[in-house]
Amino acid sequence: MSAIPKKEKYKIDQEQLVKELRKFIDEERFQDDEYIERIKFRLNEILKENYGEQENLIEVLHEVQGLIGFIPKYIQKEVAKGLDLAPGEVSSVISFYAHFSEKPKGKYQIAICKGTACYVKGSVDIIDRIKKEYDLKAGESTDDGLFSLEIVRCLGACGLGPVMTVNGKAHGLLNAEKAVNILQKYENNEM
Amino acid sequence: MAEEKIKLYIDNIPVEVNKGETILKAAEKAGKYIPTLCYLEDINELGACRVCVVELKDSDQIVASCTTPAQEDMQVKTNSKKVRDTRKMNMEFLLSDHDVNCTSCIRNEDCELREVAEFMGIRDIRFTGEKNHREVDKSTPSIMRDPDKCILCRRCVSVCENIQSVKAIVPDGRGFETTVNPSFYDELGDSPCVYCGQCSTVCPTGAITEVEYTEEVWDAIFDTDKHVVVQTAPAVRVGLAEAFNAEPGTIVTGQMVAALKKLGFDKVFDTNFTADLTIMEEGTELIERINNGGTLPLFTSCSPGWIKFLEHQYPEAIDHLSSCKSPQQMFGAVAKSYYAEKNNIDKEDLVVVSIMPCTAKKFEATRDEMSEDVDYSLTTRELGRMIKQAGLDIMNLEKEKHDELLGVSSGAADIFGATGGVMEAALRTAYEILTGEELKKIDFDQVRGLKGLKEASVMINDMEIKVAVAHGLGNARIILDKMKNGEEYHFVEFMACPGGCIGGGGQPLAASENVLERRMNAIYDIDRKKKLRKSHENPYIQKIYEEYFEEPGSHKAHKLLHTTYQSRGI
Repeated sequence: MSAIPKKEKYKIDQEQLVKELRKFIDEERFQDDEYIERIKFRLNEILKENYGEQENLIEVLHEVQGLIGFIPKYIQKEVAKGLDLAPGEVSSVISFYAHFSEKPKGKYQIAICKGTACYVKGSVDIIDRIKKEYDLKAGESTDDGLFSLEIVRCLGACGLGPVMTVNGKAHGLLNAEKAVNILQKYENNEM
Repeated sequence: MAEEKIKLYIDNIPVEVNKGETILKAAEKAGKYIPTLCYLEDINELGACRVCVVELKDSDQIVASCTTPAQEDMQVKTNSKKVRDTRKMNMEFLLSDHDVNCTSCIRNEDCELREVAEFMGIRDIRFTGEKNHREVDKSTPSIMRDPDKCILCRRCVSVCENIQSVKAIVPDGRGFETTVNPSFYDELGDSPCVYCGQCSTVCPTGAITEVEYTEEVWDAIFDTDKHVVVQTAPAVRVGLAEAFNAEPGTIVTGQMVAALKKLGFDKVFDTNFTADLTIMEEGTELIERINNGGTLPLFTSCSPGWIKFLEHQYPEAIDHLSSCKSPQQMFGAVAKSYYAEKNNIDKEDLVVVSIMPCTAKKFEATRDEMSEDVDYSLTTRELGRMIKQAGLDIMNLEKEKHDELLGVSSGAADIFGATGGVMEAALRTAYEILTGEELKKIDFDQVRGLKGLKEASVMINDMEIKVAVAHGLGNARIILDKMKNGEEYHFVEFMACPGGCIGGGGQPLAASENVLERRMNAIYDIDRKKKLRKSHENPYIQKIYEEYFEEPGSHKAHKLLHTTYQSRGI
């Protein structure tokens, strides 16, 4: 009698990774061999450290999001294999948290608060206006890759509501007009 | 040690439960009905839907009875104004984002959401707001998803993860945008879903259902140019009665045959006949593999959900699968060759329909390797609907017999419907063929019953044959992982669904362990009462080998009765 063979210990397919990342042709950094080498190295390290550790999923996703700036499908699958999860479990968690993103984020990442205080003070008007102005949807980027939009629950600056952050810099006491003016300054490199 | 008891009061009725049991359990003991939607005993107990809320007298608190443990002297009100108002409000919220299209919904008759709404006397939905709209997922031949009918109860997610270990559908997104879907994959058809349909049997609404082919079958029946034959799987005859509100475990073989004849099928045959044929082929394959140093253990190949699971999750073990087609597919192949030739029927005019306790069988019938064999595969539930559409009540029909030639079977075929049955049937035949002696004790009790994993060893001649049986894919995974760690067997039976085919995803809805047990007892009852109890003793099996296949494993048998598999990965 022969037992069935054991699965080989998981290792990321380096060539496939490069191919998959280079599908994002708008992202110049992925054409840079040195940069991609660094990502490959770190990704393998992360998966090796967390091999089979299902409960480390969120931590791993944080690292990957930080490393690449987004978590494409291919990497989600690699994370699933490495941590011994189903791909659906990984994408389910990514879909739950606004911080994680499947697609590259914009050069300027806008986060608008829709927490109670900002909501009451009219953040929905601002959101609607920005969506219209830049043809943006929550969780997505503009076609030129300049802006991406996230709706968040609280930025911890309720006294300044409505609040938005652009690449982490806070802008408070907004209305729709002010918000668009600020974004235009980013667009024109005045910020 | 006796379990610690807790005494509490449900609407002033004193009741005693074990420590740790919930208020819902206590209410059940007190004879008080509490409506539930997301609750599924031992599988999905998370208090998501909030329709089971009750009031605690001392604190005026409203709690979900399905997750709140009973406490000493607790005073519970199940029907106060506050309870009624809260339940109604929660229910109206659920309905406000539900696609209320009951008249054209496949679950019209047995929708739990509709039943609970009626229980509460919902006549008006006060909340009208934004509704989610997502496309229906029709990407598989077996199961379809209509997210607009989903109430996010998570039952399907729990069954898929905890019972089947497949995790093909998961919650996706957050808040109002949440949906249950294959998440990583665009559609169910791209995912590692095995189409077992367990999700469709626990869904309280019409959000996950079988793909229905009843209209196509009606068309074939009414087409006078077509010769339409039907086969019935072993587990259908012990499940079908439940669709007509009869007690679980009621045997309706004869009434089912009568109904099928009244529906207008030209011949009513039995999948059991090809179950016997499967034993001949698979038994021979096992003996050959043992004698010639082939790949062992041999895995059974009757359950298409199990096969798809292996192809996705353990493609490295495909060589272990028996090359035998399942009884459904063997039947199709035999009908379109032996039967058609014998009766001068043009293959083009022959339509083969099967009645299966299974949704994965629909997919199996479309597999590239054997898409010619079976034309339409219907579930037990679909047959129930067709019988009702014909204005018949199965419980009032005179019993009739399956047609001969492909309709006679042994008890060994009947037990295919329960977990351990294929194993037992194979052992009955293998023992007699290998030893040349009569098997004195026909029942192999070690492989029977609802225990998740069963192991046994059987002495045949001087050889100890080690066998194992797993049902439910979570259990299949456990045994496969055991084998990876060196555990050795000769022969392993796998069934995708808990209980085997009697608990199949195409059976009447919501089978508790008690229901499974009653269906299982019925199956063994049928076997016990049969004169023929071993596949190789079936005279029509002997005849088909004499007239057509020559011997098990022959060239012709391989061409028609065997198949191949494909590595699918995740």
